Amino acid sequence: MGTPWTRFVPASALSALLALGATACGSDESGQSGPESDKKITVYSGRSESLVKPVLDEFREASGITVDVRYGDTAAMAAQLQEEGDRSPADVFLAQDAGALGSMAKKDLFAKLPDAVLDKVPGAYRDDDGEWVGVTGRVRTMVYNADQVPGADLPKSVFELTEPQWKGKVGIAPTNGSFQAFITAMRVQEGEEKTKKFLEGLKANDAQIREGNAPIVADVNNGRIAAGLVNHYYVYELAKEEGTTVDALKAKNHFFPDGDIGSLVNVSGVGVLKRADDDPDVRAFVDHLLGKQAQTYFADETYEYPLVAGVASAPGLPKLSSLNAPDIDLDDLDDLEATVKMIKDSGLA
Amino acid sequence: MRRFLPRPTLAAAATFSVGIALIPLAYLGVRVGEAGWARITDELITARTGALVVRSVALAAVVTAACTVLGVVLAFLVTRTDVPARRLFGVLAALPLAVPSYVAAFVWVSTVDGFEGFWAAALVLTLVSYPYVYLPVTAALTGVDPAQEEVSRSLGRGPWRTAGGVTLRQVRPAVAAGALLVALYVLSDFGAVSIVRVDVLTRAVFTSINLGFDRTGALVLATVLVALTAVVLLAEQLTRRRGARYARVGGGAPRPPTRLRLGALRWPAALAFTGVIATALGVPAASLLRRSLEGVSRPGSIAELATAARNSLGVALLGTALTVLLALPVGLLTTRVPGRLAVALDRLTYLSHALPGLVIGLSLVFFGINVAYPLYQSVWLLALAYAALFLPLAVAAVGSAVAQAPPGLEEVARSLGRRRSYVLRTVTVPLAAPGIGAGAALVFLTCMKELPATLLLRPTRLDTLATELWTQTSVAAYAAAAPYAALLVLIAALPTWWLSARTGVPTRGGG
Repeated sequence: MGTPWTRFVPASALSALLALGATACGSDESGQSGPESDKKITVYSGRSESLVKPVLDEFREASGITVDVRYGDTAAMAAQLQEEGDRSPADVFLAQDAGALGSMAKKDLFAKLPDAVLDKVPGAYRDDDGEWVGVTGRVRTMVYNADQVPGADLPKSVFELTEPQWKGKVGIAPTNGSFQAFITAMRVQEGEEKTKKFLEGLKANDAQIREGNAPIVADVNNGRIAAGLVNHYYVYELAKEEGTTVDALKAKNHFFPDGDIGSLVNVSGVGVLKRADDDPDVRAFVDHLLGKQAQTYFADETYEYPLVAGVASAPGLPKLSSLNAPDIDLDDLDDLEATVKMIKDSGLA
Repeated sequence: MRRFLPRPTLAAAATFSVGIALIPLAYLGVRVGEAGWARITDELITARTGALVVRSVALAAVVTAACTVLGVVLAFLVTRTDVPARRLFGVLAALPLAVPSYVAAFVWVSTVDGFEGFWAAALVLTLVSYPYVYLPVTAALTGVDPAQEEVSRSLGRGPWRTAGGVTLRQVRPAVAAGALLVALYVLSDFGAVSIVRVDVLTRAVFTSINLGFDRTGALVLATVLVALTAVVLLAEQLTRRRGARYARVGGGAPRPPTRLRLGALRWPAALAFTGVIATALGVPAASLLRRSLEGVSRPGSIAELATAARNSLGVALLGTALTVLLALPVGLLTTRVPGRLAVALDRLTYLSHALPGLVIGLSLVFFGINVAYPLYQSVWLLALAYAALFLPLAVAAVGSAVAQAPPGLEEVARSLGRRRSYVLRTVTVPLAAPGIGAGAALVFLTCMKELPATLLLRPTRLDTLATELWTQTSVAAYAAAAPYAALLVLIAALPTWWLSARTGVPTRGGG
């Protein structure tokens, strides 16, 4: 693992300056891949190493292709890729959410994916222009503390959370990408006015703000807050960390019934940078992500929804088809901008 | 004016250094320029931006005041009193700097119910950044010429009045430099304010990128931080006194200063000291230990830990070496060839210091891609980023250290026919070594815990302790994260210990 470092170890700080002056030490030739297979690809991953690494290892083993992977935060990485432009060493961008992929597509940095790849995934979970494709689905849920919220009190719709009985009890993460996608979908499906009321209602109802989904689930599990709006797989992460099962946790997932917008399906996805448009190694990688082995891994190990037909989701999860698939472009940035403004105006972020 | 290097060489070297620190500003200029006036005014002239500015400034002011008091009092106790266990306290007091603000905030939030908001942020930031004042002031107090104090005592001033009227005045440059660093650090911090949820400018910068993938909006907001920095720098400049003499007369053989007898206050002082260290270090340590025991996730292997530690050490050392090297000409110029140019260059190194790491990281991505492509995603560019981020830390240390080295000794060496470079190497630098060492230790610690720029600029597949910590906590694997955090603090403890030994805290005098 330490290879990139070792080649610099003997150099002294003085030669650092010299190298800077000359700007031409020429030691970095990695990441150059032409149209022919050179058995090497560079992946920028906005998804966490612990979730993605096993899939990359499988791919490496099966294909013999070396994968150079950088891990980072999805949004920061999108900004980095846009700064790098067409000199980016990256071939592929693996992102946490559709918004980041959309911002890349808007800057015209992605190559169009072949139909054979796109067709593996239902239309709702890929870019309309074919510049990125979904890899896994995650569902918005309400996590609740079973001791504090009796089953009979569970809301039928996410809109009930602005009612007085939920005052001060609901945790949200308004700066999180998945919350924002959820609000965007709400605007399109339920209208601007209703969405604005919902956000203002949350604010007036003293919604508990957290920085991300994981802290919400942790606080619900230890009883600090009664409920929260998160993605469905965080209870599984918590169970894993505590060395127990999801059933043993106080925190439970509640899926809003009847296609309620509160249980929207969101995606993580992948896009191919223009420079790697016809790189067969990159194509093999995308195929691998959408292949049975990787999809099964995501279903069983990260508890996300596989998006390719023929792979079952983890037991205990409702069927993907019973949930609210977005009938909008989750990556439409003009929509995102309006959402961001609405969230800011409501005083939540 | 005294000259120890031919002035053009020194000025050119200093200008080069400052050029590195200005890369982020050039980048901001380019990107914000593209945005156009309409966009800029849209983003800046809002009630929200106004509120953000007020809150950012208030937080910086509160934390700076608290750190100044805490840092000076602790440094004084350690160097000038007979407080019990001085050696131990001397080392421990510097260690909280090794705790990344995001770790400290996370620990507090998960330990104390309802820990959030302005005062929570102020507490966390004070606890992690008071060493910015403590370290340089400790070094300065050790280097101060006791003769002036003795004169004061012999003229009838009591020990406490001497401490307040003479000693503290002599270390004023170190106090001011430390306070300035704290103020700018607070303005630039994102880790703590995001976790305890205080809406300040840095958080708004990150929110723009995270929420809307809006780089331009984020960078426009970041320019406000630069403007605030300019105001802070101006304010600090106004507090400077002209004509003060800070150098000791005979720098070659330092004498230990007389220590104040605390008497009945001896144990209460020790207790208060213990309290500060327990809150700043004990709380994180206990929480990390608890996390390790409660969770079942584990770091991959000892080998992975060792690799991350080695990488952290490597990049931090390289970053420190480069930063200190770049800081030397600036520090020398400001103290030995004072004038408009020196002042301007010195101030310019600070100008980008309140920018959050993410913006600095992006600016070096921009620089790497467009100017230094062969260095892109190599450790060299990462080291350069550390230099751009932390140059002021080293410049401040070099400046106040050289100010305490008597120019007379250099003049003697010159008059004996030694060349300037020889005098620099054999007289100036050795005299200023403790202060420069303090600066190097500061830079090293800060490099070790730096995260956002490291994530953007590290060579692919190079994992450091900070990036591993980030990897584990981002999937809530807190038990796996704990060893990385612990190792981060432990490694940072080494140079701190060395530093305290060098500055004479634990080795000299009774204790």
